[in-house]
Amino acid sequence: MPDLSFLHNRPRLALLLLAGLLTLLPFLVGLGLGNAWVRVLDFVLLYMLLAIGLNIVVGYAGLLDLGYIAFYALGAYLYAWLASPHFGLHLPFWVVLPIGAALAGLFGMLLGAPTLRLRGDYLAIVTLGFGEIIRIFMNNLNAPFNLTNGPQGMNLIDPVHLAGVSLGETLYLGGMSIPSTYLYYYVFLAFTLLAIFVAMRLQHSRIGRAWAALREDEVAAAAMGINTRNIKLLAFAMGAAFGGLAGGLFAAFQGFISPESFTLWESILVLCMIVLGGMGNIPGVLLGAVLLTVIPEALRYLGDLQRALLGYVMVDPADLRMLLFGFALVAMMLYRPAGLMPSRLRKREFAAAHESAGQDHVELYDTRA
Amino acid sequence: MTHVPEMQRPPDSLCSPPPPEQPRRTLLSVHDVSKRFGGLIALDSVSLSVQAGEIYGLIGPNGAGKTTLFNCMTGLYDVTSGEIHLESTAVHNRKPHEIVRRGFARTFQNIRLFTNMTALENVMVGCHSHTRVGIMGAVLRCRRTRQEEAAIHARAHELLEYVGLHGKGRFLASHLSYGDQRRLEIARALATQPKLLALDEPVAGMNPAERQHMSELFRKVRAGGVSLLLIEHDVKLVMGLCDRVAVLDYGRKIAEGTPFSVQQNPAVITAYLGGGQ
Repeated sequence: MPDLSFLHNRPRLALLLLAGLLTLLPFLVGLGLGNAWVRVLDFVLLYMLLAIGLNIVVGYAGLLDLGYIAFYALGAYLYAWLASPHFGLHLPFWVVLPIGAALAGLFGMLLGAPTLRLRGDYLAIVTLGFGEIIRIFMNNLNAPFNLTNGPQGMNLIDPVHLAGVSLGETLYLGGMSIPSTYLYYYVFLAFTLLAIFVAMRLQHSRIGRAWAALREDEVAAAAMGINTRNIKLLAFAMGAAFGGLAGGLFAAFQGFISPESFTLWESILVLCMIVLGGMGNIPGVLLGAVLLTVIPEALRYLGDLQRALLGYVMVDPADLRMLLFGFALVAMMLYRPAGLMPSRLRKREFAAAHESAGQDHVELYDTRA
Repeated sequence: MTHVPEMQRPPDSLCSPPPPEQPRRTLLSVHDVSKRFGGLIALDSVSLSVQAGEIYGLIGPNGAGKTTLFNCMTGLYDVTSGEIHLESTAVHNRKPHEIVRRGFARTFQNIRLFTNMTALENVMVGCHSHTRVGIMGAVLRCRRTRQEEAAIHARAHELLEYVGLHGKGRFLASHLSYGDQRRLEIARALATQPKLLALDEPVAGMNPAERQHMSELFRKVRAGGVSLLLIEHDVKLVMGLCDRVAVLDYGRKIAEGTPFSVQQNPAVITAYLGGGQ
């Protein structure tokens, strides 16, 4: 690890270096690991968007949502309806994405409204059901009229067009050819940075405090004049809107969506990112998204390794993934229950607990007096 | 620090208590309130009224219905029958946040602070009801947002100092001592800018010296123009502090009046010492 301490007093320089790194990242990854990894990088950004959105619901407001991927699905399907040959509509992405985010936000409120009285496990069960309902609808709405094309999914979705350039094709710029995955990286990066900005601003505001109060103690929050119904619906809507946005980007990027992309497993994966990284803390959530997207991809190499060493695949990397996730979650609960990068408050709490434990120790064993 | 006129009033200088000869205004009136839980009658036609500027005590043996009455008044429970008015507005069966916004704040018998937030943040949450920056304001952080945040900060610091928690704003609420947590709950409730503050056993579990300090704080709050409604077991504290006292027993009001007259009331003596003599 290089010594980065010289950056502490130079925030501008640090920001500049970070910006440079983020700009060059796809090329570095592409050169170092191959173009397939740039695609993984794109998915890292998409999952970051999702994790930031879910973090608003789960991390800030403390509402356990296990059906979050439904909003991702809504955003993706809306994009497909408005920008594919399916209905013959081809609206530009900057029209479709806001509509997708708004639709997802609306559904967030629709989900929130009947669950206002539910907490914890009960809320988790209902939201899980909601996630499944949306997926099953998408799976079956090819009749009576063909809305979603059923399990076959929707195809030929328009890529993002930016300044007359289709991001779905390789861009030839001067003597350079820049593949589609590189171009989408910058689009996703812009949206992710925007989401980080919005989420952080919200966290440190009157609204963010109200969410935190709601998470801590709903009755006391109401006794402070917080309209718990509205503030809950707001959390659901905001989180869902980020999900819808990510869904739209996903549809444009893949060009093809089917209900299979929106299973319960995806919801759990995004939730795991938050829990692993550190609930309520944006850097932690981002770290969680990176780890849980990159590690499964890296595990694929274990399959190749086994084939090279043994001549056959003894342990399927996909099974290994589940095993490692399980281990990781158990280990997290035991050793880092607040996540890898806990939020400021939790960190302070641990520090203070440690301090007071030290004091007790002195009182108990100090025999000098 | 940025100055916003509306929120810069220090709590001390709100207004002095009205002189005793002036006709008093009724702040809270509870009329014939009953509350049933299934077959259990927790409150049976209770009526009482709190005047502006007074400290009103509510006493009674365990299970007499004091906290139930509190919960009915502050919107946690719906009443089965009867009416509650805050000034001239009916507040029974309204949501807690609506009642708080009308100027009726409360604390809880089993302290309910936001334990993972700092003391300062706890008080800042209390400012929620009379601030209004929404999503757009929070994201764009325009001048009004920054001003409001600065005012909330200033106000929260002020209130911490007011209740005697100067310099403890950075601590997590859960790391404050028991007495400080009680004080913080009062500061948080005061941040909602109440006209009437209801305290549910605010000195439970404190030693005599701490109780003395707390009752000084209550007097200071009253002198700042906030009326108090107090549930308390400690008869000595209630007698020294309250202008008027009501006694509940088995969900009924069995006596009301000055602390002295209530103390002499045979029904009260029976309720506290047991009947049959």
